[in-house]
Amino acid sequence: MDAIEVNDLTKRFNSKDSVAAVDHLSFRVAEGEIFGLLGPNGAGKTTLIKILTTLLKPTSGMATVAGFDVRREKNRVRESIGIVFQEPALDWRLTGRENLDFHARMYGITRGEREKRIEEALKLVELEDKADIMTDKYSSGMKRRLEIARGFIHDPKVLFLDEPTLGLDTQTRRRIWDYIKDVNARERVTIVLTTHQMDEADYLCDRVGIMDHGKIIALDTPRNLKDLISSDLVSLELNMEGSSNDVEVFKSLDFVTEFREHNGFVTLKMERADLRIPAIMEVAKRAGIEILSVNLRKPSLEDVFLHFTGRRIRE
Amino acid sequence: MGISWQAIYVLWLREMKGMWRAKSRVIGSLGMPMFFLAFLGLGFGGASIPGMPAGLQYIEYLTPGIIGMSMLFSSVFAGISVLWDKEFGFLKEVMVAPVSRLSLVLGRTAGGSTVALMQGIMVLFLSTLLGFKIAGVVPVIVALLFMCLISVTFVGLGLVFASVMRDMHGFPLIMNFVVFPTFLLSGALFPIGALPSWLIPVCYLDPLTYGVDGLRGVLLGAGASDFSILLNFMVISAISIGMVSVGSFLFERTEVER
Ligand SMILES: Nc1ncnc2c1ncn2[C@@H]1O[C@H](COP(=O)(O)OP(=O)(O)O)[C@@H](O)[C@H]1O
Ligand SMILES: [Mg+2]
Repeated sequence: MDAIEVNDLTKRFNSKDSVAAVDHLSFRVAEGEIFGLLGPNGAGKTTLIKILTTLLKPTSGMATVAGFDVRREKNRVRESIGIVFQEPALDWRLTGRENLDFHARMYGITRGEREKRIEEALKLVELEDKADIMTDKYSSGMKRRLEIARGFIHDPKVLFLDEPTLGLDTQTRRRIWDYIKDVNARERVTIVLTTHQMDEADYLCDRVGIMDHGKIIALDTPRNLKDLISSDLVSLELNMEGSSNDVEVFKSLDFVTEFREHNGFVTLKMERADLRIPAIMEVAKRAGIEILSVNLRKPSLEDVFLHFTGRRIRE
Repeated sequence: MGISWQAIYVLWLREMKGMWRAKSRVIGSLGMPMFFLAFLGLGFGGASIPGMPAGLQYIEYLTPGIIGMSMLFSSVFAGISVLWDKEFGFLKEVMVAPVSRLSLVLGRTAGGSTVALMQGIMVLFLSTLLGFKIAGVVPVIVALLFMCLISVTFVGLGLVFASVMRDMHGFPLIMNFVVFPTFLLSGALFPIGALPSWLIPVCYLDPLTYGVDGLRGVLLGAGASDFSILLNFMVISAISIGMVSVGSFLFERTEVER
């Protein structure tokens, strides 16, 4: 059985809206998988998560989580999931431990078991010595760690993480990535996470769905997605005030297989870019185009997004 | 789907911890009822008020009304404060929990009612400093029952408002156009009979009327109330059950959009 099955799912916030926040989505997530939804702000990731966690009703279509229908079997779905919301959802009047205790009781965990699991969870996210202070004194990283602990304390089958590292520093992000991998490996919990950071999707996810305007435009392993763009990429930063901006000249180079222009950058796709740079510089010089910087790289998920949408994720 | 006692208990417990950690606010909210009691009680102490039961001091007449008022305010506030949970994101944590929406409403009601009840009890005992005489243990126990019903009713009303409001912006509107009229029309300050006759039916639609009248009957003797204690009890019980039912019905349909 799949952990999640989504079929033709649509959500319109306003019946008059021409655009749907989630637009006829269909996909499946296998048990034990770390599944990522990668997309820019407003892509519909949070809306999708809210439908899957019973907080919002879909306008049409169906979805099951752990085999239960999100519309008709809300309570069974709720019993099967854990969730870390995009914005903090802690009670600031309670301590970290009390927040976990509240949660464990709401999920009907018995006393002995409760204390044991709270202790374990606090240890995993390294908050044992901060457990008894009010959460309004926590940093955003600590809050997020506590919420991750809370998310799996009741042994969910599926754990949803909505932008789990948004706004955190690099070091904290790394730690949170490790907790996520840890939880997934130890408990075989299926994890669905959303992010707009390619490195996060690339590092954590078994499969990634690239989402834009409520649709999944590509879905595969990060490896396969990047293989869609097998060639190297060369980005040129141009001086827009320079004498010429006739970027079309790059198209005339026979080794350039694809050409894109955005905000003063030109991205060229080609094989063996390391051998081609001199020729590119030469052409630019002759056309009077001033190049400020050159960047040669292997394709990332960002390029995959660019490939499918013609835009960058952060804009 | 049944009732989860564990969930009700922990929602109640959370409210108690919140109250304990905001002790000063709870104490502070006693200020208004005490000023009302002191100034109105002293100011109108010697006045003859039309329709007041014979042989009663005004402070005696007023105390059940002010108990009702302080519980009305703190109950509606407790119910509406679900919107604060929404604002701080915690409502999502509550709404994804695998318990019936009725349990959520009952837990919330239990917590809010306990806070309101404590305030009501404090007002009752403080009123003795201003000359209110408590007739004995049994009246106090029956009064507590009425006070519970008053607070359940108005926490329920607050929850009903909270489930149809987006945020706290509408709170002043509700205070001015629902809560204050409820207080003023309940006969808390003066007998309903003194109002123009076209307003009297409105008073009879006000749940607090039965709460305050019941408290008067219980604390001051049957002669002090308009209706019988039993009638008051039945009406306010029915209203409180109705409020909780409507609240949980609305919660069942609530979506958490933000
Ligand atoms: N409560 C709401 N009411 C109306 N529109 C909304 C609401 N929540 C989200 N939207 C719209 O739906 C779209 C998707 O938003 P969201 O799911 O939050 O995207 P993401 O999480 O990918 O950033 C956006 O265009 C957003 O403006
Ligand atoms: Mg989002």
